[in-house]
Amino acid sequence: MFNAVPATCLEPVDAASASWPAAPTSGATNPAHARDVMSRNEAALTDLLRHPGIWRRRSAPAATIATQPSGHAALDTLLPGGGWPQGALCELLVEHDGLGECSLLLPTLAALTQARRRVVLVAPPFIAYAPALAAAGIDLRQLVQLDATGNDTHWSIEQCLRSGCCGAVLGWLPRTDYRELRRLQLAAETGGTLGFVFRPLAAADSASPSALRLRIGTVQGEPRLELLKCRGRVGGMVGMRLRA
Amino acid sequence: MLWLCLRFPRLALDALQTAAPAGDTRPCAVIDGPMPSRHIVLADAAAQAAGVRAGQPLASAQALCPRLRTLARDRAAEQQSLQALATLAWRYSAELCVHAPDSILLEVGASLKLFGGWPALQRRLRSELAHSGFACQFAAAPTASAAQVLACTHGDIAVTTMPALHSALTALPIAHSGLDDKTIDALQGMGLRRLGDLFRLPRAQLGRRLGAALLARLDRLRGLLASDCARWQPPACFHRRIEFDSEVTSTTALAFVLQRLIRELALFLLARDGGVQRFELVIGHARDARTRIDVGLLAPQRDAASLFELARARLERCALPAPALSLALHADDLPPLVPAHQDLFEAHARSLLDWPALAERLRARLGDDALHGLTCHADHRPARAWQRSAPVLDTRTEPPRNSRSDPSTGATSFTSAPRPFWLLQRPLALRQAPQRILAGPERIESGWWDGHDQRRDYYIVELRSGQRAWAFVEAGTRAPWTLHGWFA
Repeated sequence: MFNAVPATCLEPVDAASASWPAAPTSGATNPAHARDVMSRNEAALTDLLRHPGIWRRRSAPAATIATQPSGHAALDTLLPGGGWPQGALCELLVEHDGLGECSLLLPTLAALTQARRRVVLVAPPFIAYAPALAAAGIDLRQLVQLDATGNDTHWSIEQCLRSGCCGAVLGWLPRTDYRELRRLQLAAETGGTLGFVFRPLAAADSASPSALRLRIGTVQGEPRLELLKCRGRVGGMVGMRLRA
Repeated sequence: MLWLCLRFPRLALDALQTAAPAGDTRPCAVIDGPMPSRHIVLADAAAQAAGVRAGQPLASAQALCPRLRTLARDRAAEQQSLQALATLAWRYSAELCVHAPDSILLEVGASLKLFGGWPALQRRLRSELAHSGFACQFAAAPTASAAQVLACTHGDIAVTTMPALHSALTALPIAHSGLDDKTIDALQGMGLRRLGDLFRLPRAQLGRRLGAALLARLDRLRGLLASDCARWQPPACFHRRIEFDSEVTSTTALAFVLQRLIRELALFLLARDGGVQRFELVIGHARDARTRIDVGLLAPQRDAASLFELARARLERCALPAPALSLALHADDLPPLVPAHQDLFEAHARSLLDWPALAERLRARLGDDALHGLTCHADHRPARAWQRSAPVLDTRTEPPRNSRSDPSTGATSFTSAPRPFWLLQRPLALRQAPQRILAGPERIESGWWDGHDQRRDYYIVELRSGQRAWAFVEAGTRAPWTLHGWFA
């Protein structure tokens, strides 16, 4: 009898009971009918909870997301899906230069360039040193540097992310705001591109639409990486040492 | 074969009016001739209604219509318009000749199938010509000469079969047959009035009396001899200039004109099946001053939308030194276009914009030098061990790199010692003494031959803040420390 109830039945109970042929007119007083209504509500709820946008803590693991392995085993276990989220913006909030924040990306960039995907560096603060990049296994022919200033930096990063023809886009944004980052996040989603944005640590307190936010700072002179925000992550460790 | 003759009966007037559309609606006429005996060449409908006729002396015309606006005839403008119209018509047939002073002949028989038959082709060509602002008459006939003669005598007419053409020609007065005046006089003196009379005469005797040229002309009219007009080819370069009625001070307003120019350029390129790699925008100011904007592309293109976007970005970057009076577009470098082919088994099919198009867009906004690649350079001195290089446009065609020691790509590193991710533009004094030395010294001593001698001991050091730096001291000393890079 329960099988006869449509699983997607979400209309108001009164209207449904009115069209119920066997139901007596005073439905609420009949305990059998009350059970019916409850079971139908439960079915509707189960159906609702099956929606991909809803995830419950106790249910099966969250839907898998496309990722790009970071090349660091410790970092891959921290990140959901085992790597950098594809088609999303990652924010790296860096306390000082020289903590190993860029080397974190080198294995990914090497893998991408060797797969002949283009990597774009937008407005780097110093010279990205070609011998070091080559030594890390990056195919320099796939690497493009863009010199931009001011608003052009945002625009360039957005264009590169949105186009979908770049494997990864690295941008250095000393000054930016929520609105601009939101644009970049949407552009990365549109293009399905890995986006990395380097920002000063002072920006860690402000809200951000990025899918992933990493804090790279020092604890007692020891560089550490901490997850400030991570879409789709469930518990577990939030930090790791940067240098082995 | 089916020849189409496009005749522009109002070319003298339309050429002047489309070049500079005027606001006033007074009757208008084109005049020509030396000063004392000026006469009307062509009058518009309003002037004709007032009684102004072609060939009238100017004084009579002005007496008939005092409000008459007169324009001096410009034969160069007429020829230029005719060339532009030929470019437009060239899209319908490759066999085309320009017949001065006011006709274009094109062979459309071979194009009928492509354009869906004569009615469809005619409708399409008519609407395009109407859009260009030139009044036009269509005459179609199986021979070129006949099409041209019929255009002059009948206006709009389509004679598609040989028998129909023969009867049309037989009835044609000799005076309108396009023969030279002397021959016409001689024939009329003999009592011959129509071409049919001429066709009936014995050929050999006619040739002996009036010359072989007449016979050839008659044969061409009837299709017994192939047409002798020279084939027209579109020009090899594109030059177009638009003058403004008033001074233009904003680049936004210029962008509208630019869009029109680019659209014309794109049509021109489409007709030539070519692309453009480099073109120049010239903004004209008062007193013959000019501003030039050079637009260079990495690869030939012809898509109007993307060309416009690139050109507009460059135009908006340029500050106008003075109000603009004209905008010109010159494109001399028109290489053949090789459309980008896509890999059938492309793994990354999501690409919304291909890399060349993206690179063009970035270059247009940021400047030509903003986009570059990085290569290693065989030098021991750290500041010279890298170089900027032109970005590689399309690497799909290149073989994958097999070894890292391929010297042609500059991908090889000169040393196996660790190098920092960041190199500082110029070395800085290290404010604090390093807390720990992790590696070093690595002595780099080079450049004595080119005057940039360096003798340094490089160390990898750790600072109190946990940062790893690449710092050096002069060879053999222990201080002062100079910072040259970050192991970021």
